[in-house]
Amino acid sequence: MQTFRFELGELPPEAEALRAEVREFLRHELGDAAPVRRAHSWGGFDREFSKKMGARGWIAMTWPKRYGGHERSALERYVSAHWIADRQSGPLLLRFGTETQRQQFLPAIARGELSFAIGMSEPDSGSDLASLRTRAERVAGGYKVNGTKVWTSNAHLADYMIATFRTHHDPAKKHEGLTQFLVDTKLHGITMSPIIDLAGSHHFNMVVFEDVFVPEDMRVGEEGAGWKQVTTELAFERSGPERYLSSFALLLELIREVSKDPGERAAATVGRLVAHLATLRQMSLSVALMLQAGENPNLEAAVVKDVGTTFEQEVPEVVHALLGVEPTIDTGGDLQQVLGFLMQRAPSFSLRGGTREILRGIIARGLGLR
Amino acid sequence: MNELRTILGDVVTRLFTDLVTKDLLESAETGTWPGALWQVVEENGLTLPLVPESKGGAGGSWGDAFVVARAAGRHAVPLPIAETIVGSWLLSTSGLDVPSGPLTIAPVHREETLRLARAGGGWRLSGTAARVPWGRAAGHVVVVTEAESRSMVALAARGAGEITTDQNLAREPRDILAFEAAPVVAAAPAGRGVPARAVWLYGALVRSAQMAGGLDYLLRQTSQYATERRQFGKPIGSFQVIQQNLAVLAGHTAAAGTAAANAFRAADRGDAAFEIAVAKVRVGEAAGIGAQIAHQVHGAIGFTYEHALQFATRRLWSWRAEFGGEGDWATELGRSVAERGADALWPHLTAR
Repeated sequence: MQTFRFELGELPPEAEALRAEVREFLRHELGDAAPVRRAHSWGGFDREFSKKMGARGWIAMTWPKRYGGHERSALERYVSAHWIADRQSGPLLLRFGTETQRQQFLPAIARGELSFAIGMSEPDSGSDLASLRTRAERVAGGYKVNGTKVWTSNAHLADYMIATFRTHHDPAKKHEGLTQFLVDTKLHGITMSPIIDLAGSHHFNMVVFEDVFVPEDMRVGEEGAGWKQVTTELAFERSGPERYLSSFALLLELIREVSKDPGERAAATVGRLVAHLATLRQMSLSVALMLQAGENPNLEAAVVKDVGTTFEQEVPEVVHALLGVEPTIDTGGDLQQVLGFLMQRAPSFSLRGGTREILRGIIARGLGLR
Repeated sequence: MNELRTILGDVVTRLFTDLVTKDLLESAETGTWPGALWQVVEENGLTLPLVPESKGGAGGSWGDAFVVARAAGRHAVPLPIAETIVGSWLLSTSGLDVPSGPLTIAPVHREETLRLARAGGGWRLSGTAARVPWGRAAGHVVVVTEAESRSMVALAARGAGEITTDQNLAREPRDILAFEAAPVVAAAPAGRGVPARAVWLYGALVRSAQMAGGLDYLLRQTSQYATERRQFGKPIGSFQVIQQNLAVLAGHTAAAGTAAANAFRAADRGDAAFEIAVAKVRVGEAAGIGAQIAHQVHGAIGFTYEHALQFATRRLWSWRAEFGGEGDWATELGRSVAERGADALWPHLTAR
């Protein structure tokens, strides 16, 4: 059995100073925003907001300065909580991209001008990601791509897609033969159609590739190295603060409601949720500190995400059980609207970035069970 | 974790692994005081982490106390180590000498008070405290109470009161102590940083560490069992449903360890009421769920007295209710959060 390490840590003073700065910025930017708008937190796509963040130096915080980064610590990045724009594209290119790719993309990402979608899932490849079938065949000067990606968030708004395609097929070794590419979303042969989620919102897309030519210099890393690169990214993605804060806006509305006249049951409900939240923050911080120290907290990150999403999904249920108010769309009070939004969003919390079942499989492997 | 603390962890783990055998646990449950074990634990300086070296203690911190209390919980050590840690801290912080031997603390219920009154040159203690941990075994009891409008810490010898024996689910002594104008060994105004409800608060703190240790044991033992026990021709741990349940146990164990450690860190900084409440709520919840999963995976053998699993689970079921259950602490926590207001929640969390 592998040992799970959750050492307590302290944020360095520069990270604490940055927290105040970010808080002030957000107060200015989001001060008037309705709670239900704030509840969108991590799911939003706002190019102007990204540019403002970029101008402040809050995207690409940890990257080298020569690529438009700011060479700050992973912990400063952690408190700024703005992992989204640079979460996958930047680190991927820094680790595996060519010098030309870094020069071409990183400064624009750092300014908040360039956005990326992630093309991984396919109609027959969800949790079984390694089974993906979209082919990238070698042709003169590059690759010809055919196949379909689904659940591609914000592909219709993004400039590029980081896509994982199959460059080699061997049924016995499905984890091999995968390769990552940077794909301009405007390329000839790409057709996008919206997939509307259960709440009526459009952020998912189906993206069909028909004989799409992707130039050789848009390949990221070696041919066949895709699986390893993808799993490296996921470790980063799983440990971030958004993995336990998705329902934070609702917890705040609950506290606002309960503060008026806290009876014993309401107080106990709030207290229990806060106990979970406070503990998750320490666990998540512990993972951030391990990442900063150059360690590989894959297992701990999976634990935080599993415990964190369970908490996030519980909040709307607990609010319903306690207050029994109707969740609403556009009408009613703030609490009702936030409840309405999160009730419909909650099922996705334990699906995105690896389903609960996949994460628990990873944890079980750490326990020596498989 | 610093190096000294790692060494401390290794020392306690080795000591408890060697000495806290199944036979010893069974004999303790029949009422035999494991005196030899206590002596080794005391000689190794594990019982007084917060007492200055000049007063015979280890001169350490709550962080050190966490290592000891968690290990004691992991091994189900049938001794009042946690109580002695708190009691000796209360005494030395209040400028009182710490006697050798096991200590306990009282009263353990919020609604109970023991009365301290001046008599001649000394103080006398009156009142009844129920379910005092290790009451019959502890040489002395440390009491926090109010007298003459201030918070006082008093030390009474075992013989000073009448003892009626009782026990918790793990057959650990939980005795009734009744005092009738009993003379005390010493009394002094509570030291700085000792709140009026210190026994309740710090009792909850050490129980959270013991429970985190109990969960460590459950996770390791249950994972191990799942790789050894075979059904349908393969280890039961190869079934996904078992793997999923063990992953849930791992999550609760990790959360419990983190919440408890954070509360001890806060205790080293000063006012730890918020973190202690968080820990007692979070760890207590983990204890209930953890015990349930561990038993389910172990099947019928885990339900026997023969199997050691029950030494941990019966303790967890009792400890989570001692010094306030999850409901008590969640209510207190929720009221404090409501009082500060919604917008203060995140700044409060990140400032601690």
